[in-house]
Amino acid sequence: MNISILVLLLPFLTFIFLAFFGKKLSGIKAGIIGSLSTGIITLVAGIMIFDYWGSHNGQGPQVLFHFPWLTFNEQLSINMGLLIDPLSVMMVGVVTFVSFMVHLYSIEYLKGEDRYGSYFAYLSLFTFSMLGLVLSVNIFQMYVFWELVGVSSFLLIGFYYQRPAAVAAAKKAFIVTRFADLGFLVGILMLSFETSTLDIPAIIERLTSPEALSTGSIKLHMVGGLSTISIAMFLIFIGGAGKSAMFPLHIWLPDAMEGPTPVSALIHAATMVVAGVYLVARLFPVYFMITPGVLEIISWVGIVSALLSAMIACTQTDIKRVLAYSTISQIGYMMFSLGVTSYAHGDTLGYTASLFHLFTHAFFKALLFLTAGVIIHAVHSNEISHMGGLRKSLPVSHIAFLLATLAISGFPPLSGFFSKEAILTATHHAHPVIFWLAVLGSSLTTFYMLRLYFLIFWHKPAGMGKHHEHILFSLPILILTLGTLINGFIPFGNFISAIAGPTPVVVDLSMAAIPVGASLLAMLIAALWYARPTSYPDKIAQSVKNLYQWTSKKFYFDELYLFITHKIIFQLIGRPIAWFDRTVVDGTMNAMAWGSTQLSHAIKNIQSGNVQSYAMYFLGGLIILAGTLLYAFGYFM
Amino acid sequence: MEGIPLLHILILSTTLFFMGIYGFFTRRNLITMLISIELILNSVNLNFVVFNKYLYPERLEGIFFNIFIIAIAAAEVSLAIAIIINLYRKFNTIDIEDTNTMKH
Repeated sequence: MNISILVLLLPFLTFIFLAFFGKKLSGIKAGIIGSLSTGIITLVAGIMIFDYWGSHNGQGPQVLFHFPWLTFNEQLSINMGLLIDPLSVMMVGVVTFVSFMVHLYSIEYLKGEDRYGSYFAYLSLFTFSMLGLVLSVNIFQMYVFWELVGVSSFLLIGFYYQRPAAVAAAKKAFIVTRFADLGFLVGILMLSFETSTLDIPAIIERLTSPEALSTGSIKLHMVGGLSTISIAMFLIFIGGAGKSAMFPLHIWLPDAMEGPTPVSALIHAATMVVAGVYLVARLFPVYFMITPGVLEIISWVGIVSALLSAMIACTQTDIKRVLAYSTISQIGYMMFSLGVTSYAHGDTLGYTASLFHLFTHAFFKALLFLTAGVIIHAVHSNEISHMGGLRKSLPVSHIAFLLATLAISGFPPLSGFFSKEAILTATHHAHPVIFWLAVLGSSLTTFYMLRLYFLIFWHKPAGMGKHHEHILFSLPILILTLGTLINGFIPFGNFISAIAGPTPVVVDLSMAAIPVGASLLAMLIAALWYARPTSYPDKIAQSVKNLYQWTSKKFYFDELYLFITHKIIFQLIGRPIAWFDRTVVDGTMNAMAWGSTQLSHAIKNIQSGNVQSYAMYFLGGLIILAGTLLYAFGYFM
Repeated sequence: MEGIPLLHILILSTTLFFMGIYGFFTRRNLITMLISIELILNSVNLNFVVFNKYLYPERLEGIFFNIFIIAIAAAEVSLAIAIIINLYRKFNTIDIEDTNTMKH
């Protein structure tokens, strides 16, 4: 399995090479190099997958390349290593595959850009960081790669740095996730205090092995009624929530759409934003066995994010914003699916369902973004009002977008149906309230996605003739469409399971009728309102004016954050600190300088240029010296 | 010779030494300062010879040192005259009050 190191090494070397030589490469050479490297690691990932489930089935996780990086004391050290287990192998497969598709697409999408080489360098950096994150064996190593992923995201969102909106969006993304990562870091430190180790398998072992649970060998320290492990796991979840854009830390993701569309497809749909879900899944045994309260909080954060962002998406008019809110919503589904999993009832379907949805979502969301890129490219605008009637102009994109939309809405037999039904089945057993909210969210999802579909491809008579779709756009789109169609039939529970054996992902058809029925209803409403220009949408918007206002302004979250930062943090904390810096710190320095100058003015006249006075000082010194020596040798007794 | 006490001659050489120092500090003419320096050197010379003759009569180191000092004084005077000549070329005077331009 030593070939696995290639998966990290190759993108890193590509990044270094393109960072130094990317400018000198002409034409699309940088893109070819990037795609080649990503293609190779996709193959390696495929080999890893076949190897892992072919020969190691049931043999459990392996750790490769484990070495101490920074040692605090004999027990606690930050180690670097690769952890090969079902979760990481699956994530490696997803990340490399989507990255490869995005690379191919970007070769054509960004052709002619000035900083073509830099773009592919940043993409390789991102691929390296994300793969490092999912293969980390040590939670601190994961934190290092977590920050690296944040940096890559910042560089890519702000790629068009001459546009102030892009710069602001990049700053916002980095600052919000960095702020969440503060919680993550404190959580890691608290957890390491409890378990005296930072390696993930060791943490899980020490906290949740049967011996530890029965003998109570881990004494829980309590702080104000909560155990420190609960606080630590909650803080770690905050880090994950920031990266995965859960409420209230979701504000950066819609703005992140300022980056190029392939970047949105790779980072903000399929891979980086699921890092939070990955983190919770990684530490899942601890979450479940030791801190079920935090798991409850995770479920509620997930469902609230899912529902509120679905509501906002219904009223947005920028195609990428709709897709961004859709991503927040779907990740909310993954989160609460993890949250409602319950070992106690022997029903661990939630865990498998969440990761199944992560897998299928990566495909159809990336597909949605890539087709959106083709549409934006053709229409030269992001606004839906500039689109309409494009179904004859962009046939490949049309079919792909339609299939992806049906997948995300959960229509059989597409992949989204299987994964979403698995989530809903798991929720139905465990938490009825969340189940009905999830069904509501599901129908809202169908509504806004089909609203988007109809407004783009129908609604108006065709405005333009057939638009040529380049092969490098169509090929990734077709491959991802194929994935969307067949992924549902993979027996995912045989591969990813929270318990020792496989978790059967069975779809309860009678119960599945409820959400599918609701979605069909939503689809009909969307068709009725948007397939042709009608006055229904405006009439309904008028009748629920307040609700419409609130959702179209995204529940005023951005305004709230601006208020808090400008009026409270800047005025109450920033200004006094600035005053202190100017008056006290600078004042001290200035006073010291003033003192030195005064002293120097006082004694400068010693240098008079007069030889005789110099000689007098010389004599004076000589007398003092002679006196001292005589005194020292006892001649003054 | 009937013993002149050592102390008397030492007082003489000390007096000469301080007279030379006083002259170096107060005279305005560069050549006169040079003469004062010679006075200092010669008083030291006297000191050496006197100590040699009174305390260690069978040895000659003091007298040798005397000869050294005379030679070095001669070399030093020639160097000093060279400096005075260069100073005169710059300031057109050998008054030390006028050569204090290297100041703050």
